[in-house]
Amino acid sequence: MTGPATDIVVMENIDKSFPGVHALKQVNFSLARGEIHALVGENGAGKSTLIRVLTGVERPESGTIRLDGVEVTIRSPLHAQSLGISTVYQEVNLCPNLTVAENLLIGRQPMKRRHVDWKTMNRQAREILQGLDIAIDVTQPLGSYSIAIQQMAAIARALVISSAKVLVLDEPTSSLTGHETDQLFRVMRKLRGEGIAIVFITHFLDQVYEVSDRVTVLRNGSVVGVYETAGLPRLTLITLMLGRSLTELDDINRHRIESSQHIGTESLLEAEGVGVFGSIAPFDLVLHAGEVVGFAGLLGSGRTEMAQLLFGIDQPTTGSMTMDGAPIRKFSPIGSIERGVALCPEDRKAEGIVADLTVRENIIMAMQASRGWFRHLSTSDQYAIAERYIKLLNIATPSADQPVKNLSGGNQQKVILARWLATNPRLLILDEPTRGIDVGTKADIQKLVLSLAEEGKSCIFISSELEEVLRTSHRIVVMRDRAKVSEFAGDVDEQELMQAIAGGES
Amino acid sequence: MSTLRSVIRVGGVRDSRLMVPIVALAAILLIDLIVVPGFFNLEMKDGHLYGSLVDILRNSAPTVVLAIGMTLVIATGGVDLSVGAIMAIAASVACILIDPRIIGLNLQGNITAVVGDPTYSFAPIPVVIVASLVVAVACGLWNGVLVSFGRIQPMVATLILMIAGRGIAQLITNSIKIIIFNDAFAYIGNGFIILPFSLFIVVALFAGAWLLTRRTAIGLFVESVGISFRASLYAGINEKRIKLFAYSFCGFCAGVAGLIAVSSIRTSDANQIGLYTELDAILAVVIGGTLLGTGGRFSLLGSVLGGLVIQATQTSMYAIGVAASAITAVKAVMVIIVIILYSRQVQDLGGRLVARLGRKQAAT
Repeated sequence: MTGPATDIVVMENIDKSFPGVHALKQVNFSLARGEIHALVGENGAGKSTLIRVLTGVERPESGTIRLDGVEVTIRSPLHAQSLGISTVYQEVNLCPNLTVAENLLIGRQPMKRRHVDWKTMNRQAREILQGLDIAIDVTQPLGSYSIAIQQMAAIARALVISSAKVLVLDEPTSSLTGHETDQLFRVMRKLRGEGIAIVFITHFLDQVYEVSDRVTVLRNGSVVGVYETAGLPRLTLITLMLGRSLTELDDINRHRIESSQHIGTESLLEAEGVGVFGSIAPFDLVLHAGEVVGFAGLLGSGRTEMAQLLFGIDQPTTGSMTMDGAPIRKFSPIGSIERGVALCPEDRKAEGIVADLTVRENIIMAMQASRGWFRHLSTSDQYAIAERYIKLLNIATPSADQPVKNLSGGNQQKVILARWLATNPRLLILDEPTRGIDVGTKADIQKLVLSLAEEGKSCIFISSELEEVLRTSHRIVVMRDRAKVSEFAGDVDEQELMQAIAGGES
Repeated sequence: MSTLRSVIRVGGVRDSRLMVPIVALAAILLIDLIVVPGFFNLEMKDGHLYGSLVDILRNSAPTVVLAIGMTLVIATGGVDLSVGAIMAIAASVACILIDPRIIGLNLQGNITAVVGDPTYSFAPIPVVIVASLVVAVACGLWNGVLVSFGRIQPMVATLILMIAGRGIAQLITNSIKIIIFNDAFAYIGNGFIILPFSLFIVVALFAGAWLLTRRTAIGLFVESVGISFRASLYAGINEKRIKLFAYSFCGFCAGVAGLIAVSSIRTSDANQIGLYTELDAILAVVIGGTLLGTGGRFSLLGSVLGGLVIQATQTSMYAIGVAASAITAVKAVMVIIVIILYSRQVQDLGGRLVARLGRKQAAT
């Protein structure tokens, strides 16, 4: 089934370098008609670069690409589209304020006597979506639908405008809920049945096993191997990705249990009946020094709102908070930083990194903000701080002067962590610190959280991955429908926790 | 390995914001060298240096001063259209303090005796200067409040003062053009210490602005707010205060420019002082490589060079014999060229060409 005759894309000996990085080293990649091919690897393994070469964003320095047996030079994303290679990125790049039908057919809208034939357009759009088993009102603005529907509209558009033979999905599930992911997978399987070749990039190994036929593993810019997914044990896959085995996870568990003995008895931060009208219901919360508290809950359950409230992005409309027994009056990020509270925000791109600034500037930013405008950190101090954290957190960057936008997602996350560690916080709030990050870095961050707790710092760890919350937290707060519903401490029964998160009587 | 090094070096050149204004300035002067005989002649007369080059420097002073302030505003992601009007307001304030008879202030003695007196000033000259600048800063602060607390689009917010400002300036002097006889005040725009005195003001202001932004955290915060005000907020940077500062400083610079302008023409002409200079200032900043609209990284030196480019073009056109009314067309062409030069396509193309050159060099 995967013989050369059915291969639609064959990439051979692809080489690509960027300043300071050899991103792809003699990479071979082949894609068969009617398969879902997962591309996995750690951050910076070369997945994105390979895709960018395939979709014409980057040109390889050497190597050949054959499409249907014919050698091609892919000049631009547009050219790739005309060749039948379509890409749907993590962020939906459609217009949310246009209707679904407009989004699907813009540029090739049916005309009637020099006017847009809206009736036909809406009918065509409905038919296209029905082809993907999606029945929605196509005359509504795209933005009124969930991200999943928007993503499927993006896929539908990719199919419409280029009659795609190859579909590249770059991290399509990272902002989808479980149900939405299922919906996407149904569409993917249907397209596979129609003979379309799908490249699927994801960090979720569960999903690799659920939906893909074959998997190509990349590590440090080289292909480690190509495997039939069904015949590849999960542990082997992780080992292949990391190049080392993952007994570390057990270490983290042990680490957590040991560190739980160091939890202080005095409270660091106390919240009493704190809430924001219309955003989060009043809740009580006590945090101790040396403690890791996990926030679990579904997307939109109020975890992020709670974190933002504790950090002073939002002002509470009811209740009171004390830190070290003293009431808090100044609810603002700078006030929080002065109290020793730090927040790594959920939306790394919009709220975390300042893309055009260098790694050094990003790292010293919060520290400088707490010193004010005029107590300026000298350039040599800035370099010293940046270099220290680059080393401590293993940030992969050619230099401290690299713009942070050139770093991979995981390394950007480490830069944000460094920014906050530099302020020497006593309470560190991490909102989805491991989203879109590879397994190895995830483990690094979990370990870091526990070592910080051992130093007597308090941490709030927010994550959609239950496993991760369980592994790192001494205590777990469950959120549901914008309210705190329960708290678990000690040995937590996963089943019980799930029930609390899901709610209902079932 | 050498390929890698050359690629890195190439990257450095591409990022250098000063390339465009330096090359542009060199190109204009080169044209002058060929077309206009004696353009580079300099002569000393009574201890003053004269020549077209000195004229360019001197005439560019108000634009360059405005551009320095405008740089910070544009770097925060905004724009200030009201600087020309603020110049007029500052000029009116200065004039009314030097000679307030116009508003009916009852002065001692014989009024006609002080007309034409080169030493007369109602308020001491330092007071005149400080008061004008305070009013200019207040105007900038007003813009800043509208933008940061009012959350009004910068272009709309500053449009208010742009339109209202000249009316205010008229009101201050009761719509009368006050003529300045005071020589001390006239020295600001007309004085010489070998070179025109206004140049020393420009240099001092530039040095001050550079120290204020690069030797404190203000420069970093301004850039950070321009690139992502949300991320800046999360990092504990008070975005509102930064914007207030940027607009106030821009107002201050407009005040300085207004004083230079009114001092050199010795008349408070609220309709003419600083007319359309906001556009020159914005153009200077854009030529200097600070991105209009998105903000972020800024270069004060780039803006200064940008101001010189504009003035050099203007002076050269006059020297060549282009009619004054046609100068605006030349500026329009400049705008188009700048837009093309800073477009991503051209930058990518340039980068690719240079990279290919680097590879060839490395290969040989």
